[in-house]
Amino acid sequence: MNKPVDTPKKKFHTSPLKLNLRTKTILIIVLTASMLVAIVINSLFIDVSTITTNFSSINLPPSFEHLFGTDWMGRDMFTRTLKGLGLSIMIGALASIISTVVAVILGLSSGMNKYLDSFVSWLVDLFSSIPHLLLIILISISLGGGVIGVIVGVGVSHWTTLTRVIRAEIKQINTSEYVHLSKNFGKSKWWIAKKHILPLILTQVVLGVILVFPHAIMHEASVTFLGFGLSPHEPAIGIILSESMKYLATGVWWLAFFPGVSLLIIVLLFDLVGDNLQKILDPTNAHE
Amino acid sequence: MFNYRKVAIFLGHKIVRLIILLVAVAIISFVLVDMSPVDPVRAYIGEMAVSGEHIAKLQEYWGVGQPMWEKALHWVWSMLHGDFGTSLIYRIPVIDVISERFTASLVLMFTSWVISGVLGFTLGTLAGMYRGSWIDKFVKGYCYVLLSAPTFWIALLLLMVFSVYLGWFPTGLGVPAGVLAENATFWDWLTRLILPATALSILCVAQIAMFTRDKLNNIMSSDFILFAKARSEKGWGLIKRHGIRNILIPAITLQFLSFSEIFGGAVLVEQVFSYPGIGQAAVAAGLRSDVPLLLGIVLFSTIFVFCGNTIADIIYKFVDPRIRESESNE
Amino acid sequence: MIESENMKNKNMKSENLESRNITVTEKSEESKELLSVSNISISFLQYTKGLRKNLLKVISDLTLSVSSGEIVAILGSSGSGKSLLAHAILGILPNNADLTGEMTFEGKELDQKFKEKLRGKEIALIPQSVNFLDPLMKVADQVIGETVDEEDKKAKKAHQREVFEKYGLDEKVDDLYPFQLSGGMARRVLVSTALLQNPKLVIADEPTPGLDDVAIQETLNNIKQMAAEDRGVLLITHDINAALKVADKIAIFYSGYVIEIANVEDFTDDGENLIHPYTRALYKALPQNGFNLYKGHQPFHGELPEGCVYSDRCDQNTDSCMKINPDLREIEGKKVRCHRGHRKYSR
Repeated sequence: MNKPVDTPKKKFHTSPLKLNLRTKTILIIVLTASMLVAIVINSLFIDVSTITTNFSSINLPPSFEHLFGTDWMGRDMFTRTLKGLGLSIMIGALASIISTVVAVILGLSSGMNKYLDSFVSWLVDLFSSIPHLLLIILISISLGGGVIGVIVGVGVSHWTTLTRVIRAEIKQINTSEYVHLSKNFGKSKWWIAKKHILPLILTQVVLGVILVFPHAIMHEASVTFLGFGLSPHEPAIGIILSESMKYLATGVWWLAFFPGVSLLIIVLLFDLVGDNLQKILDPTNAHE
Repeated sequence: MFNYRKVAIFLGHKIVRLIILLVAVAIISFVLVDMSPVDPVRAYIGEMAVSGEHIAKLQEYWGVGQPMWEKALHWVWSMLHGDFGTSLIYRIPVIDVISERFTASLVLMFTSWVISGVLGFTLGTLAGMYRGSWIDKFVKGYCYVLLSAPTFWIALLLLMVFSVYLGWFPTGLGVPAGVLAENATFWDWLTRLILPATALSILCVAQIAMFTRDKLNNIMSSDFILFAKARSEKGWGLIKRHGIRNILIPAITLQFLSFSEIFGGAVLVEQVFSYPGIGQAAVAAGLRSDVPLLLGIVLFSTIFVFCGNTIADIIYKFVDPRIRESESNE
Repeated sequence: MIESENMKNKNMKSENLESRNITVTEKSEESKELLSVSNISISFLQYTKGLRKNLLKVISDLTLSVSSGEIVAILGSSGSGKSLLAHAILGILPNNADLTGEMTFEGKELDQKFKEKLRGKEIALIPQSVNFLDPLMKVADQVIGETVDEEDKKAKKAHQREVFEKYGLDEKVDDLYPFQLSGGMARRVLVSTALLQNPKLVIADEPTPGLDDVAIQETLNNIKQMAAEDRGVLLITHDINAALKVADKIAIFYSGYVIEIANVEDFTDDGENLIHPYTRALYKALPQNGFNLYKGHQPFHGELPEGCVYSDRCDQNTDSCMKINPDLREIEGKKVRCHRGHRKYSR
């Protein structure tokens, strides 16, 4: 243990090549976010009609011309996957916004009075008792399938966790000094909610949307894979994968592999954004 | 150790809760299915050629034209008598379909549940013990990727590699066509279980391993570990005596709370491997508007999830000495 | 789990070598120095909102020694980080802490390996509260520690019973969980845990808060008893009365610095033998000394003034106080970190 003396600064000294955690985190967030936006924008500009069937080039393995290969109708899998990802991201985003709105409304109303609070917690129990996937299937059926069915289904089944968080947060704020003061000054409950509670839970809400998103997109892919919701012409990732199943036995592995990997990467990217954003906003656990 | 009276009261409360919950779930799912613009008769008939007489009969069966509450009441009434209706796809009573399918699924889910629990806990403990080492990085990486991977895609990959490429398992994994379920040998049955169970386990490992790792890290930086170190405890002994003891109960609790997710996973995995379980039946029922079967499955899966949550509650309340004490002092 | 530590410090040849003889003189002949801590600093790397990095220096340039049979108190406000000194001595600082300076135990350099060898045996800790016991393990089981086999277990168990008995803990206590212990009982369990291995040095970290007067008296008696058994005791506390009752020397801890190490006899009459203005203010704030409240608050870590840490509250400020942080200097067998004190005594 005959090490030379370190001054405290020296230990945490970072070489010029190594960015500090703050810069690194912000960089990760900006990079991943722009990548996700690029995918969505790109997919918007892909005209479905360009994904033409071309029977002269069916079931081609991946090559430079067709990065992800082609399917049994000669369609370029890369374009289809990109289009599908865009669709999935948009559905996921809408669904997580719905979840968050529901969670905020229920969370806030649970802070209003005791009865509403126990009702909300019962509701949370109720919704977490039905397996998510079954609930999404039920809702999607009840809305007659289609994109709307999937969005609402996923949205309505993902609010429970965030509601719990917000409810706990509000309970804590409600017992705090300044809220008591406001009450004594005769401010209305809505006033307190607007002035004191909403700003504080805003962080939770932003994080909520981003953290719910990966779950939303995966459930979206799952239900479409099972055949609920989107029609077979729409190249959602779930549909592409469920189609690929029929051709698995013939050894065209790229049909299932690349779209799945792409979805995995998208979800990972979102996780990355969420985790890093959480680090920035709530750094208590951020030790290198 | 256990206070049996307390447990009995607790269970009583739970049963009342379950009944209320089931009624609510029944109402909600009935309303949802009834709202559906899909005409059950049309969906059922599909492309079959049927006579007008037959259609009228079917319409009567579904109560087309009846007000919703009447239908609901009728359904609940017969359900209370143990009659869940007849499955339209399988043409046998719903209760029979569910009991057969649920058994198959339970085998699948239980196997994966145990494997993933043991494996996940071990991996998480290792990662937490050697924090920052390659094993920690590996476990963390594995969990991150697995938590972001769609269940059915992992299942597809397994199917591709082990059935198509290596040819170790048949691709269609149900009971071989033409063989009745009861005639299938144990070996048949086992080969059909391995891949789905592996797929489901791989996925469930991630959650429990991650949880164990984080929890162990938390515990290892707690005051009582500090004091144990100050008393010269260290290494594996320290982790075993104070670390694992303290994370075991939360980890088991979490594993029981994951019934809902494991059910969801089972639905997808069964679909990929055509494993004849409850999930596959649920998907079929949903796609082909087999309303009685779908509603029955929803109710039973709710009971299933509720059982998991209740067991988790019991462990939490009656095994931890701190909470056990405060409960019995009430 | 590697504690990040760096003990070796060749440059800082300690001036306390000369001082030792002086500080020890009033104790009995055979009293020998156990622990010597020179120029210890502990800092943390911290992230604040927005992930801005912040190096937080919690203990700065701390020098101190404890001899056998001696009770040295470190007196500082609660939450000021003085517990970290105990953790540093035992080698149980968290990973993100950085420790510099030099420590020796019985003249031998105290590095991480040596610390791990000593802790729980030669050096024992009496922690702050019952939270330092594993909540899920029965008291006796965790006090005994790991055992090799049944025989080993029996022997250790018997020894534990013996020590517990000495502190009035009957057999029922053995099977209790920590949360079931009453305040006084928990205190006795923690004290007897520390003494189980017959240590030479005992570090008592805030042993008094949350106890009633009887229990406080009992704990202090226990500490005195330990010194009478020729153990060295390092008492970390924010309770000046407790420190005055038992300690031989009192080190005053202020904003991460030890500003004065005074003998307990100096806390008498008007406190005119106390050198540092803060120590005097502290002494005068005691109810029996007129309850003169002192204004202001200790600067927090990370917002320390450029000069002396006490300069913003001191009523005898000079220019140099505002600019230069004084060193801990030896004055008449005491140590103090004050420009005024230096002047007064060097005149």
